[in-house]
Amino acid sequence: MKPASFNYHAPSSIDEAVRLLSQYSDAEGRIIAGGQSLVPTMAFRLARPAHLIDISGISALDKITQEEDRLIIGAGVRHSAFHKPVCDGPLGALLTEVVQHIAHLPIRTRGTFCGALAHADPASEWCALAVTLDATLVAKSADGERQIPASSFFETVMTTTLVENELLTEAQLPMLPNNSRFGFEEFSRRAGDYALTMALVVWEDEGGKISNARIGLGGVEDRPRRIIEAEEILNGNIPSDDVFRAAAEAAASVVDPMEDHATSAGYRRDLVKALTRRAMEKAVK
Amino acid sequence: MTQKHDITLDINGKKYEITVEPRRTLVDVIRDQCGQTGTHAGCHHGVCGACTILLDDEPVRACLMFGIQADGKKIRTVEGLADGDKLHPLQQAFTDHHALQCGYCTPGFLMLAVGILEKDPDISHDDLISALSSNLCRCTGYANIITAVKAAAEQMRAG
Repeated sequence: MKPASFNYHAPSSIDEAVRLLSQYSDAEGRIIAGGQSLVPTMAFRLARPAHLIDISGISALDKITQEEDRLIIGAGVRHSAFHKPVCDGPLGALLTEVVQHIAHLPIRTRGTFCGALAHADPASEWCALAVTLDATLVAKSADGERQIPASSFFETVMTTTLVENELLTEAQLPMLPNNSRFGFEEFSRRAGDYALTMALVVWEDEGGKISNARIGLGGVEDRPRRIIEAEEILNGNIPSDDVFRAAAEAAASVVDPMEDHATSAGYRRDLVKALTRRAMEKAVK
Repeated sequence: MTQKHDITLDINGKKYEITVEPRRTLVDVIRDQCGQTGTHAGCHHGVCGACTILLDDEPVRACLMFGIQADGKKIRTVEGLADGDKLHPLQQAFTDHHALQCGYCTPGFLMLAVGILEKDPDISHDDLISALSSNLCRCTGYANIITAVKAAAEQMRAG
């Protein structure tokens, strides 16, 4: 099918975008950034926005800024920006590893990091990463600006705590210390499909022992989340097969997996166990 | 009433001054309003890759953006590959290695492959497979497509 009619707005500044959003949010106005999820939804007429506010021409949003303790990713930054490390150290390497799993090359050249967060597909790699690393998300509206911790941003499938007149302007990722280790694993039936399950493991190596462990899962429940029960098993321990197996078991036992016609909850639980363990094994290598 | 917009599309170096409805996807605008029907429209929702073009030299799916969003950007389509009667090395390799049967997916594969090889002429076998996995061929011609792209890569490297 073809998308339904809409009016198109191309603001050149954040203020103008926020003003347009405020003007049209009650009249089915929506933001479009990369459009790689929104346009197909419009082609099926599942979404019929009356106004599209295209933020891709706002140069102030199309930048990545590194500060001492954080990396700031503007709402115009596309997935393909991460094909090469955007910063030194483990965070740049982690982003480069994860981006390879997002859809396909021609999607990554258009889709945006922040757009993926705002779209909030439970199987989005960037959503899982934002939650695992405790990113801070910045939303602007005519009423002002607020900072939202990633842990309270995702409500359920494709639903966030952003209100209708708010524009997600940037995501702030904490820099990872140089002694950080990470592993990312996901499983999908075909190349480029949404993953059935993904696991991201990050920890700091303190003299051979695991500290500040983070285990985040995506594609399993209605939103990504950290699995504290599994992280506690890792913290303070020397990496070993026994520790990894125990943590993976713990993760599999506490999740409440989604089910669909092709994938049972039990299968997703098995994937959690296998992928969490593989991600931990990757982190030691 | 939806407002129409005057835009200029630069397709293969030629300027098309047209008036578009915002809802028209780029692939429809390229085909219907600029008459460049080499770019094929397959699934219309970003799954098959038949409509892949180069936008500012990056492969994108022309059904996943609106024509109006390409205003002022540089578009390259399959019509721009050959130099007169001389086929682009990728077109020649597709012919030589039987990398097409019905031909519906071919313009998309060619533009995808051009985008990949121009950026990374020394791409590894695994990375090439991964990048080409974005497009669908329903005649199951993948093996020959991969062979053709690798042959073209070799020729493009040799100049």
